[in-house]
Amino acid sequence: MVCFNRVITFRNNYDNDATTFSPTGRIFQVEYAAEATKQGSAAVGLVSKTHVVLVALKRNAEELGSYQKKVIMIDDHLGVALAGLAPDARVLSNYLRQQAMSSKMVFNRPLSVSRAVYSIADKAQENTQSAGGRPYGVGLLVAGVDVTGPHLYEFQPSGSVLEYVGAAIGARSQASRTFLERKFEDFPNATREQLIEYGLIALRDTLAQDKELNSKNTTVAVVSKNEKFTIYDDENVQQWLDKLDSLANSRSRGRQDDDDDDDEDDDDDEAAAEQAETTATATSGDAPTTTQDRAPDAMDLEE
Amino acid sequence: MMNVQQNATMASEYSNEVQTQPIEHRFNPYTDNGGTILGIAGEDFAVLAGDTRHTSGYNINSRYEPKVFSVGDNMLLSANGFAGDAQQLVKEFGRELKWYHFDHNRKLATSSAARLIQHLLYGKRFFPYYVHTILAGLDADGKGSIYSFDPVGSYEREQCRAGGAAASLIMPFLDNQVNFKNQMDPESNGTKKKELRYLSLEEVLQLVRDAFTSATERHIEVGDGLEILIVTKDGVTTKYYPLKRD
Amino acid sequence: MNHNPFHWGRPSDSTYGPYNQQIAHASNVNPMARQQQQSDFPTMHTQRPMMTGTSVLAIKYQDGIVIAADNMGSYGSLMKLDNVERLLKVGQDTIVGISGDLSDLQAIQRILNDLEIDESYDAGDDEDALAAGLKANHVHEYLTRIMYNRRSKMDPLWNACIVAGFDDEGKSFLKYVDLLGVAFASPTLATGFGAHLAIPLLRQRVDSEADVKKLTKADAIQLIKDCMKVLFYRDARSLDKYSMAVLSESDQKVEFHKDVKVEDMKWAFAKGIKGYGMPQL
Repeated sequence: MVCFNRVITFRNNYDNDATTFSPTGRIFQVEYAAEATKQGSAAVGLVSKTHVVLVALKRNAEELGSYQKKVIMIDDHLGVALAGLAPDARVLSNYLRQQAMSSKMVFNRPLSVSRAVYSIADKAQENTQSAGGRPYGVGLLVAGVDVTGPHLYEFQPSGSVLEYVGAAIGARSQASRTFLERKFEDFPNATREQLIEYGLIALRDTLAQDKELNSKNTTVAVVSKNEKFTIYDDENVQQWLDKLDSLANSRSRGRQDDDDDDDEDDDDDEAAAEQAETTATATSGDAPTTTQDRAPDAMDLEE
Repeated sequence: MMNVQQNATMASEYSNEVQTQPIEHRFNPYTDNGGTILGIAGEDFAVLAGDTRHTSGYNINSRYEPKVFSVGDNMLLSANGFAGDAQQLVKEFGRELKWYHFDHNRKLATSSAARLIQHLLYGKRFFPYYVHTILAGLDADGKGSIYSFDPVGSYEREQCRAGGAAASLIMPFLDNQVNFKNQMDPESNGTKKKELRYLSLEEVLQLVRDAFTSATERHIEVGDGLEILIVTKDGVTTKYYPLKRD
Repeated sequence: MNHNPFHWGRPSDSTYGPYNQQIAHASNVNPMARQQQQSDFPTMHTQRPMMTGTSVLAIKYQDGIVIAADNMGSYGSLMKLDNVERLLKVGQDTIVGISGDLSDLQAIQRILNDLEIDESYDAGDDEDALAAGLKANHVHEYLTRIMYNRRSKMDPLWNACIVAGFDDEGKSFLKYVDLLGVAFASPTLATGFGAHLAIPLLRQRVDSEADVKKLTKADAIQLIKDCMKVLFYRDARSLDKYSMAVLSESDQKVEFHKDVKVEDMKWAFAKGIKGYGMPQL
């Protein structure tokens, strides 16, 4: 440090666009986009043999502000929950709405859930292979029912989609994923009400220390073969909140639950952590420009 | 004899075959699929009725092909004339309505729906939807309302309107029975016009049934069945009555 | 060898005269008109059918649908082909019967084939998903969109089609669509000459959905066979060899009969033949 009178600014040469691989085979812009989804508040999805449930935690930018919409209806049989950049989600959901409507217009049948997710997956993938654009900074949980039954898919900015029996995205979603992993065997035969309860417990685990679920910050959405995609907000979610033993997560309650993931950071954040390490080494301790321009604050997202 | 004929101009059909202009054998994109529709507004209801016969020329294509639709938001819509266009118009309206719901998250007012239909029709001003369109619903005060449209979107709100094949048979009957045209107050000894009043649902249904049974008698493209859709604040109900099938 | 045709050379102008550029701009437009001015004539679309197929017949019975169409391809009044298959199978259990222009029939065949391939991408190896996916009502809606859009471009597919199959609920589905995009459903359907000759005979037995419940499979097949016979008697552009598909709701299956022959014809003096050759009730 003493020896250098010039601050060596580390620069990652491989994150200028989404079309360049790093020598280690990674596409940084896509990873940063995935990072943006982790900044958004959590959304959880679960499937039984009959129902798909989405629950999500809404944030408000400030006390006096309104709460961010987390679940968007696509069609009578289809909807999405989002985590990350809400404007990007709007673009994607509008596209999905068009697809759903054209399926009705052209074939007189509802858009199948797999067709729906793959249609946006293709859009997202284009952004990872063509210059000039950026990947979508939003993750989606796509819930719907079609002729083959109820489905839940997770969509990522990379364009990858996977089907799940239970999935969680967004800030501290690892905590709810831990819960889902413990309970998922019960999901197929769970009733509608049980499924919602499981969802809310999973969502509860993503809460920050001093936060609680309440009717203002909780969204529930349900769809089944005989039930159109319905979003429940505000006073309509109270019925399920009343059934929970607690509205805060186990950490806040001070219970030492060894199964719970107490790590505030996401575990699958290894890539970023590794990245940060590289930075530290390269800059030899001086306070440099960081490689990762992490979003300054989650509040800036989902506006 | 032979020589005379050879020298004379041959009057044969073949002589016309040499042409300098291309024959334009144009495809006609329109047809008339017959049928008739009728809408009447009441004080707190509106009905829109149509026969269920579907025709091409002298052929009866189907004895039951509904053409009055409950399109959502407590509205009834029917387009009568060329069935291809009619179906497209109703579908297009359904799509616009759905987007309206996505965008605004509220019901579409009947008056707004009427304006929307005007734009759908006028948008194809130079290749028109060959249909007579009637929209039925309730207005902001809960009163029954009927809007009728010409093929290119000219529209007005009315108390009643008949459209399609037998419109000219039914409309004068409606003028007399709904708007009391040429009716005098019996008390006034022919000096005062009969005062307008709202008809009850029972009266309207009877009028509609009479109108269609009469139209069936006189018009070959009308018959088989009568489907009446009734809209009130509580929603839409459907009634079906058979008509003569000859 | 040089594979560029422009480098192959052409017969010398001195021997064969200069190349006639009109060959490269050949069209089916009246040659007189072409000479006048090539560009001001509108683009040619199908303005009348050339090779044609005649009627398609279909009737609903208590457990499904019977649909039939003969195997003839006519070129005007010339019987050009006697082996045309006009009943197309789409997806697992949908039959589309097509009359009218045969080149447009093939265009429809390709479109529906593409649709089927597209569908199989989604379903993959999942037989159930494939069966659940593309039902007759979807095929019909799609076909209606295509027919209407083509007529709106003033470039119609010159056909009348009958779609027979099962809907999402597994119920019998029978609906018509033609070159104008006009679509309708009825328990008895026929295109072309059949609309004049067969429909009255079919409606004698089935005039409403209620009558459908009374008609057995055997009777429905016999009825269609009799109608095909009457059509062969009276429609000059028809053949005594036809294809017939029998759909049954209870097992969601399609039996496809090829090369069915018109049977028990009577070619005696007309004096003894009553009712256009239809067996009398």
